[in-house]
Amino acid sequence: MSTFDAIVVGGGHNGLVCAAYLARAGQRVVVLEAAAEVGGAAVTREIAAGFRVSSCAHILHQLNPQVWSDLDLERNGVVASSEPMPTIGLGADGQHLKLSPDEIQTRAEIAALSGADAERFHPLMARLRRFAGALEPLLGMSPPRLGTADWSDRSALLKLGWRVRRLGRDDMRELLRIAGSNVADLVEDTFETERLQGLLAFDAVLGTHLGPRSPTSMLTWLYRLAGEAGRALVQPVGGMGAVTQAIARAAQAAGAEIRTDTPVARILVEEDRARGVALDSGERLSAPVVVSSADPKRTFLSLLGVEHLDTGFVRRIRNLRMRGNVAKLNLALEGQPEFTGLASGDLGARLVIAPSVDYLEQAFNAAKYGEYSPAPAMEITIPSVHDSGLAPPGKHVLSALVQYAPYGLKAGWDTAKPAFEQQVLSILGAYAPGLDSLISARQLLTPFDLEREYRLTGGHWHHGELAFDQLLMLRPVPGAAQYATPLPGLYLCGAGSHPGGGVMGAAGMNAAREVIAREVGE
Amino acid sequence: MNAETMQSAVLPTPFHSRTAAMCRTNEWSRWAGYTTVECYTDVELEYFAVRNSATLFDLSPMIKYRISGPDAERYLNRLITRDVRRLAPGRVSYVVWCNDAGKVLDDGTLFRFSDTEFRLCAQDRHLCWLQDSGIGFDVEVEDVTERIAALALQGPTSCAVLRQLGLDEIEHLRPFRLRDYRLGDSDLTVSRTGYSGDLGYELWVDPGSAEGLWDQLMQAGALLGIRPIGSRALNLVRLEAGYLLPHVDFVPADHALRPSRARSPFELGLDWMVDFDKGHFIGRRALLAEQDTGSKYRLVGLDVESNRPADGSLVYHAKSVEAGHVTSAMWSPSCKRNIAIAQLRSEYRSRAEDLWTEIYVLKELKWEKRMVRCRIVDRPFFDPPRRRATPAPDY
Repeated sequence: MSTFDAIVVGGGHNGLVCAAYLARAGQRVVVLEAAAEVGGAAVTREIAAGFRVSSCAHILHQLNPQVWSDLDLERNGVVASSEPMPTIGLGADGQHLKLSPDEIQTRAEIAALSGADAERFHPLMARLRRFAGALEPLLGMSPPRLGTADWSDRSALLKLGWRVRRLGRDDMRELLRIAGSNVADLVEDTFETERLQGLLAFDAVLGTHLGPRSPTSMLTWLYRLAGEAGRALVQPVGGMGAVTQAIARAAQAAGAEIRTDTPVARILVEEDRARGVALDSGERLSAPVVVSSADPKRTFLSLLGVEHLDTGFVRRIRNLRMRGNVAKLNLALEGQPEFTGLASGDLGARLVIAPSVDYLEQAFNAAKYGEYSPAPAMEITIPSVHDSGLAPPGKHVLSALVQYAPYGLKAGWDTAKPAFEQQVLSILGAYAPGLDSLISARQLLTPFDLEREYRLTGGHWHHGELAFDQLLMLRPVPGAAQYATPLPGLYLCGAGSHPGGGVMGAAGMNAAREVIAREVGE
Repeated sequence: MNAETMQSAVLPTPFHSRTAAMCRTNEWSRWAGYTTVECYTDVELEYFAVRNSATLFDLSPMIKYRISGPDAERYLNRLITRDVRRLAPGRVSYVVWCNDAGKVLDDGTLFRFSDTEFRLCAQDRHLCWLQDSGIGFDVEVEDVTERIAALALQGPTSCAVLRQLGLDEIEHLRPFRLRDYRLGDSDLTVSRTGYSGDLGYELWVDPGSAEGLWDQLMQAGALLGIRPIGSRALNLVRLEAGYLLPHVDFVPADHALRPSRARSPFELGLDWMVDFDKGHFIGRRALLAEQDTGSKYRLVGLDVESNRPADGSLVYHAKSVEAGHVTSAMWSPSCKRNIAIAQLRSEYRSRAEDLWTEIYVLKELKWEKRMVRCRIVDRPFFDPPRRRATPAPDY
């Protein structure tokens, strides 16, 4: 039986980041990945001969700066394929709204629709970024526990309180007013242009089971902004797989071993402590520390087993909200698509279909009742515009997040998927006439497919809703929110832990720090 | 439950026609949704019957769960603090179970009928906790309270009553064992268990056979001094036996509004029921931590000077520092002692030589208080050899 200091279950970006940090601390680490390549949901795959696309996550905007520099990802090969991407809200009438990092240009774009909105846009965003900035330092650390006498918990809470207090009276009042509120109220109170309202609200609800009128949707937006911390939206050369490959290189350079095609069957327990893992192959690996980047339900209910846990804890894990709502559409295109009214120079932008708050809310209504949106919202990118390596010359790949596509579809995804795919393509066709004729291969991944192919319970990208009741010291659940779990020697390091999903790597980094403090200290 | 019983706010037990006919005081109380007798004639007569002859107590409202399936043993071993693997079929065990924090949710008795079938009897309803604890196990948990009628037959002549009834070899049934009998047309399960601390049995039948069983027992016991008893007399004998009563001696953890009110098995003096060597069980890690850091409280038996029951009394150290409080108290006629169960802050357990109870006495509408010395003593307060003797003595 092979023996290690630590075993990391799952080679997604967080598992790899965690392994890299542990290896840098001198630990003998092995990463066990079930799939043929590392990356988890941050991978680039070929959908047709010569056409490669980021299978799931497709925009890099939240990668933790500490992870970036510690693991030297630039030297390990992560290169942005373009300048920061603007966001364009598409209109079916061919009138689009472009929000770019350039303030003057953006103000002019909005002013063409409403002078008042143009005046209000940057002050609002600046204010929201200040709010997000108060939250941001929490992302790079273990979340403090409530109600303990522990010095570090109290100090972290005090610092958060201080950062909020330092915002000043008006900002503090406004933060408290909106934090539990819904994004629709804020954007409708502030702006008169429907297209701008819809475009901003989209960022608040992307990847959640919330509509723009759902309470707390404002908080999910602030949380997204905190994760971005002012960083630009970019797409890496080679797709998201290139990022995880670079992290894997950093981990290997630090001495970590990575095994692919190695599914873990279960976590081994002896004397009430994690002692290693048993593989599907029957082989056993032993280590005093097992760190799981699999989602919390898979980790506790399948890999570990409830007999090692208490009922109250099992209840909390079972009740985790993690039913995905996002489908992924990947298309191989024989030529460059044309969107009505969109300059070809803007094809490399992040294109969003969310023309109004009502459009989004109606899309969400269906999901509430277990149906897919008849007119879904979408985030579309055509990464081959900047990155010619992804498609043969003159050809392109299109990658789109499609929301809402609820995991628990009443009709069942096996039955309903073809109709949904048609629906998605016809909506896309309304913005880009003639797109149909360019498609040479297509792939639609529903939450059901994501669960099967990417081992995401509930098909949830973030390993659990990133919502008010599942953030910070509540993520994934109290009792496992500081990466350590009730079982000594077992840790979590995946997106199900603070600070959650999105390609951040912070969960892996924080978990490694916790493991080193608890297990390597002496 | 049928439409008729749904109409009444409180359900009759399967013995209701018999208990109602004999309840001369008409003093009833509610127990788990059923109407039950507090006192048939006179509490003292009923109390002395438990210690001197034989008594019937209708315990049908006791909550009963059938736990069955291939994983039943593994499931229960994780649920409760004792090692269920050591409970052989045909035996009964006193058990407690805890929440994640190692605080007691309830106590009860666990009957093992076979490798795969058990019955858990409890004071409170726990179906949700029991079923959620079964997540991941091949086990079925059903509430069978309404499907089983139960009587406690307790007292020195109880064995004689059963022999009179024709139950073969009943005197050889050892404590905490159970046996099935056929009585006329119905099945009867007898366990040598009870809440009185005396020689006694509990009888389990189909509700349809309940009234017949009652009549046969009253007839068989006619010359052996049998009489029905209500909950007040039972509460006296259980205290002499040193048994805990949930909601009186401790707050079940899922009922505690103040987290500090919940108690661990250690704090209830049930250390002997916690088996750390059997593998994981619910609350184990919290209890290990408590073992390391020490428990905050300790439940003890007290022998109180004077003859005034110390109901609700505060316990002081050196007459001045509050050390705890009394949860149950009585003058024990069988022990000729003034006894009590109390919860003390654990540090006062080792300073037992200077403990005092402040007893409140109502004298013609005027409260007086007396500071009375007390000593920590072992439980049970009353423990006659006949309780455990096998074969059971014939009185």
